[in-house]
Amino acid sequence: MNMLRSREAQLTLAIFALLALVAWRFPAFVAPGNLAAVFNDTSPLILLALGQTVVILTRCIDLSVAANLALTGMTAAIINVMFPGMPVPLIVAGAVVMGAALGAINGILVWKLTIPPIVVTLGTLTIFRGLVFVISDGQWINAHEMTDAFSALPRAEILGLPMLSWFAIAGFAAFVLLVRYTALGRSFYAVGGNPSAAVYAGISPGRTQFLAFVLSGAVAGLTGYLWVARYQVAYVDIAGGFELDVVAACVIGGISIAGGAGTILGALLGALFLGIVKNALPVVGISPFWQLAISGAAIVIAVIANGRAQRRAGRQILKRDGPKAEGAR
Amino acid sequence: MSITRRIFTSTVAALALTAGTSGAMAQDDPVRIALLVKALGIGFFEAARDGAMEAAEELGNVEVIYTGPTDTTAEGQIEVINSLIAQGVDAIAISANDPDAVAPALRRAQQRGITVISWDSGVAEDARELHLAPSSDALIGNTIIKLAADHLPDGGQVAVLSATSTSTNQNTWIAEMNAVMGDYPGIEVVATVYGDDLADKSYREATGLMQTYPDLDAIIAPTSVGIVAAARAVEDAGKVGEVNVTGLGLPSEMASAIDSGASQSFAIWNPIDLGYSATVLAYNLATDAAEAGPGATIPMGRMGDLTLDDSGTGAMSDPFTYDASNIERFKDVF
Repeated sequence: MNMLRSREAQLTLAIFALLALVAWRFPAFVAPGNLAAVFNDTSPLILLALGQTVVILTRCIDLSVAANLALTGMTAAIINVMFPGMPVPLIVAGAVVMGAALGAINGILVWKLTIPPIVVTLGTLTIFRGLVFVISDGQWINAHEMTDAFSALPRAEILGLPMLSWFAIAGFAAFVLLVRYTALGRSFYAVGGNPSAAVYAGISPGRTQFLAFVLSGAVAGLTGYLWVARYQVAYVDIAGGFELDVVAACVIGGISIAGGAGTILGALLGALFLGIVKNALPVVGISPFWQLAISGAAIVIAVIANGRAQRRAGRQILKRDGPKAEGAR
Repeated sequence: MSITRRIFTSTVAALALTAGTSGAMAQDDPVRIALLVKALGIGFFEAARDGAMEAAEELGNVEVIYTGPTDTTAEGQIEVINSLIAQGVDAIAISANDPDAVAPALRRAQQRGITVISWDSGVAEDARELHLAPSSDALIGNTIIKLAADHLPDGGQVAVLSATSTSTNQNTWIAEMNAVMGDYPGIEVVATVYGDDLADKSYREATGLMQTYPDLDAIIAPTSVGIVAAARAVEDAGKVGEVNVTGLGLPSEMASAIDSGASQSFAIWNPIDLGYSATVLAYNLATDAAEAGPGATIPMGRMGDLTLDDSGTGAMSDPFTYDASNIERFKDVF
């Protein structure tokens, strides 16, 4: 197997090239401590990209993740303010369950009513954001209103890494195990690759898509708590527009929007690539006016690389004679 | 994005309007004043709404419609303005996300006989009758650098963390700040970065500043989202005591940063007073009790009189400094 052909290998090389480029302008960026900080900063993106990956694998898309994050995060913050005595693990568990329930709404609509996922999640995106406003009455929940235990969890360090990073690492490990070694994980690929064939194999595409949405929602819920506790502030617009970053991370990571192709490792690398770009731009001394353009260009270039690589994957069954055959496709 | 934003803004606007109507007094024809803010759910504007309500109660015959888009975009505000025109309000008091983008919609409102004033963040001169500046821009520019300089008797490096690169008021204050830098020898502004009023981007920019300038002494953030995120970044980087975060913020949002020492002091004008003044001014103009024009003096209730300059702009009052000595008293107010 040609190692350099794989999306993950190319992306790893791109990440190292990017780090080298940044290090040339700003050497302190690649110090281990700072790389750990960048990883920590990217953790929410990694978590959401993992959930998004399984959704995209089943030929769906979940645009409501950032709104789900905001709603769950706001709810967690409000619960913390109203019941300061409630243990934090219970709040975290509650956030996961609530996120999963919100994801299940998406899943049910896609499964039972067969509405296109992009429409469903665009709708729930709006509803969730609206609900954040309703439950918070537009008010911020501020640091001094949160309990110390609530905001300390993402910062607590184990083996030199904050818990936020460990959540991302654990999430990555869990998703790798899920898609590689469980029947559900394999059915994500089966449903995305060929839904008709999946039905003949005894897999229900709708049910599989439903479960993918529940997973994505649960991860978004968990990230909601982590986000609010990390920045110690909850307001209506938290993580506004973040769903686009999440989808971009997946696309950069080589997850095919057409479904059925892509790996969890790819999603991790895609998120890391975006995270490094976002963290590096402020320190390399590029005019802020150029930063958005550069972020966008990085995405477009990665997607072009994707498209070229995927085209090669297509197999020509009946070959024509002559050298022109390649171009005739 | 824009479709969802549109659906949502119009829903919110509709809700706000219904809520406003049902709460109206039994009096005939109340003066309906729309307080149009940059975005809903920002503490500063919520406090301004309280001031507007206070003014409405004092004036009696006034119905305040508090509204705005859900995110800080000019497109969102234009949608809301159109909806307000359709509702036939008597006056619109706007804090604009962009001075020019909302101007055509506001001119349309004026053509329909609606009194338009801007407050906090201004709009193009011909699109409003007057602009109520929270304080004079020169005074604010001087205040934010003075807040940093007061804690740096021997001079040092400061950096500015702003909102978006097109924010009208932030850019004006930074320009005014740069104009008075000569009064603060030894203080050097090393960079100006933009956090776009997003918590995560502001946090990242603040972290970047501390990395790029290891000797940085202060971060000046003239925006309420930015200052909170910068304080959090300083705490997480373990630089409390080395880097002082200051600028403009709300006491409730900054209380923990003052407690932790990440911020020594910060300033803000009183948003309650601002919402109050904007409402009284809009009322006086809408009822023809006063006329706006260069040099005109318009009463604004308990806040005294507003004197307009040649561009139709007037300043309400000086910004007020908050620190460890008074934060406890104000953190539950706004």
